[in-house]
Amino acid sequence: MNAASDVLVIGAGVIGAATAYFATQQGLTVTVLDKGLPASGTSSACEGNILVSDKELGPELELTRYSLDVWHGDLAEHKRLWEFESKGGIIVASRESSLASLNRVMASQAGYGVRVDRLDPDDLRKAEPHITPDALGGAFYPEDCQVQPMLVAGHLVRLATQAGARFVADTPVSGFLRSGDRVTGVRTPRGDFSAGAVVNCTGTWAGQLAALAGVSVPVLPRRGFVMVTEPLPPMIHHKVYAAEYIDNVGSSDAGLQASPVVEGTPSGTILIGSTRERVGFDRTVSTDALRLLAGNGVSLFPFLEHVKAIRHYHGFRPYCPDHLPVIGHDERAPGLWHAAGHEGAGIGLSAGTGKLLAQALAGQSPDLALAPFAPARFGEQALNSTTHREEATA
Amino acid sequence: MSAALPGTVEADVAVVGAGPAGLAAAVASAEAGAAVVVVDAGPQPGGQFWRHRPESVEPDPDGKGHHGWRTYRDLRARFDAARHSGRITYVPGQQVWMAEKVHAGFVVRTTPTVTAGPTSGTADGGSTVVARRLVLCPGGYDRQLPVPGWDLPGVMAAGGIQAFIKGNGGLPGKRFVIAGTGPFLLPVAAGIAEAGGQVLAVLESSSPKAWLPHLRAAAGVPEKALEGVEYGAVFARHRIPYRIRTIVTEVLGTDCASGVRTAKVDAEGRVRPGTERVYRDVDVVGFGWGFTPQMELPLSLGVETRMDADGSLVGVVTERQESSIPGLFLAGEVTGVGGATLAVLEGLTAGTAAAAAPAPAAVVPGLRAMARHRRFAEAMHRAHPVPAAWQDWLAPQTTVCRCEEVTAGEITAARDDLGAHHARTLKSFTRAGMGWCQGRVCGFAAACLGAGPGAAPSIESLSGAAKRPLAAPVGIGELAALKNTDD
Repeated sequence: MNAASDVLVIGAGVIGAATAYFATQQGLTVTVLDKGLPASGTSSACEGNILVSDKELGPELELTRYSLDVWHGDLAEHKRLWEFESKGGIIVASRESSLASLNRVMASQAGYGVRVDRLDPDDLRKAEPHITPDALGGAFYPEDCQVQPMLVAGHLVRLATQAGARFVADTPVSGFLRSGDRVTGVRTPRGDFSAGAVVNCTGTWAGQLAALAGVSVPVLPRRGFVMVTEPLPPMIHHKVYAAEYIDNVGSSDAGLQASPVVEGTPSGTILIGSTRERVGFDRTVSTDALRLLAGNGVSLFPFLEHVKAIRHYHGFRPYCPDHLPVIGHDERAPGLWHAAGHEGAGIGLSAGTGKLLAQALAGQSPDLALAPFAPARFGEQALNSTTHREEATA
Repeated sequence: MSAALPGTVEADVAVVGAGPAGLAAAVASAEAGAAVVVVDAGPQPGGQFWRHRPESVEPDPDGKGHHGWRTYRDLRARFDAARHSGRITYVPGQQVWMAEKVHAGFVVRTTPTVTAGPTSGTADGGSTVVARRLVLCPGGYDRQLPVPGWDLPGVMAAGGIQAFIKGNGGLPGKRFVIAGTGPFLLPVAAGIAEAGGQVLAVLESSSPKAWLPHLRAAAGVPEKALEGVEYGAVFARHRIPYRIRTIVTEVLGTDCASGVRTAKVDAEGRVRPGTERVYRDVDVVGFGWGFTPQMELPLSLGVETRMDADGSLVGVVTERQESSIPGLFLAGEVTGVGGATLAVLEGLTAGTAAAAAPAPAAVVPGLRAMARHRRFAEAMHRAHPVPAAWQDWLAPQTTVCRCEEVTAGEITAARDDLGAHHARTLKSFTRAGMGWCQGRVCGFAAACLGAGPGAAPSIESLSGAAKRPLAAPVGIGELAALKNTDD
């Protein structure tokens, strides 16, 4: 048996790393397990978005605003570690119909306090000189930011371990330790780990881990491809995406969709994202996805036609049926907590999620109510447990 | 090249590569009756090993400085005959950026070869090859180990120098130092001397004594000993010093290489204090630490892999050179670095099998010859290892990834502070391997650094370093114009 801790975090992606970091800030003893190395799942296969611009009124916007405060507050001193850029986002409309929807969205967002400025075609070309001549107008979101997500996860785990946490790599969880209904730890090939609270931060795999504890958490994978260009001098200055993006984010359509999201990175490469399709954990490279990304990238920035792609990657975005994450204690399996299912927004939401969860784990009332994210909200009964049950021995 | 490129070509067998293995595979498949398409990045057949001056300039090269030229001439005549009769469709100047397994076999997508780094503007488009069976013969490239100053202009891969001489008939400089390990350093130095360059020294990190446990295997391939005698004569004639257990510890120079600092090392590669020496007025420093097979296409198709005796990731194949993916054959470096003679034998075997022809009687002696050459290659790899202590030669500020300018210190910090023990995670944290070359140059070194001093990288780490979802850079305009090819 390994040393017991107050909190056992499963998964060292960005959500687990933030949870571990803030738990140590609360004075809790923390152990982090990962089946591989830090940031080797979805956190390493995304775009590092911290977006306000794609959010509508509701709990996700609340969590987004709270997270932004944490990024700019608690985590400000570490910004440079993970290439934090307050670059701002621009949504571009190239059709009259999408311009009309964009104007509607902007009006409603402004109504609930999102900072957004209308861009006429001249403003747009000043902000992004290489934008398509078809652009009819756009919206500027100064609060949108970007980070290098792998570095966020890697450094938060490092900072947590410096504050006393223990990180154990290459340690998959094979089952839960129970004392009656209560979850008291996990089993792994490296022995048992016991803890006062076990936090499931396994992202797209959260449903599988929850099933080991006999509870249903409906987190599903949605595959997304991102294409990367050769390094270039700065050509694109903001996160630039098309008005259709907003519609796709909230969609449950299983088919392949893509809307252009184009942005430069500090290293000079340009990221062209991203597709969304529900194909399970299929890792087969899809030429259709590449064709769509390329075509949509060129439609926003025509110069891309003559640029070379040098890489592409894909990740599995974890999403729940209602497109809200699962954050908080699972009363169906006392002692088990979840923080997963943030879909394409996990990087941005990680800071707030980690801080709120750490407050709750420390027995405080979190700054933001976690009720909308309750793990049991989907109403399923606890599944028949396939878990290896045993009385706690510690 | 002005030949009209085919849009989509269908064939029984697609062969990728037109070096020793690819030419042999194409010829064997075509002569067994298959319709064959050969896709090659080079402008004319021969690959790296038989690279020669443009045939438009020199239509009938004499093969000076080449080995196995008679074999090339024979394969080339059969290749040209098969092209003439329509059995072989030859698609030169095209790199494969993606290979897929589909219901009917394989789809291979190509793009015009990019010769010198980033370019703008798309030339002609690529082509799509659909074939029932696929033979991958992509070859390999020089394995590089970073050392202080190796990123200065004037530092080349040993194979790069050889390719320069073969392809241009000239030299990239006047005064050379060649360093690294393995018999390949000899032909490179001999080629320089024969072309009129001065080789100040050949520095071999290993020692001939390392061959002692492997003499039986070496004796199985007597022609290699003859080659050795031949190089010995060249070395004597040009007075080329050959120093064993010696390495370059630093390339000197500010704007470009102007000299090297060298030192004697022990059997593990640890520098022996007090043995430093400086060579000045050096134009070109050539490093050769063996070869890295080009595994991106086999890996993208999901073949089973293993670690070869030289620490390279290679594909597992059957006696008929078939990979773990039915219908996918591998020949040459991707099944283990073993020289051109072995590559030709493997290509002939793979090509015959891919044509679904019964194995001819000649196959059994071929199998025996392949076994002899493989034993020799293994002995060579064991006698000329990458020195275990090579990481000690690095300073923290030594560049490891030249594309992204990532230093050894940044990589070891990511390993020690952020737990990045695998090449893939190192890449995520430091950008080592994320630049234009996508880790082809630094991938092996970064994987070693992730494993830590003296440790060998795991097969998972090497796979992570070798996986490239785009096997070659491809124009975004080309991608946007792709046709939907659902089978």
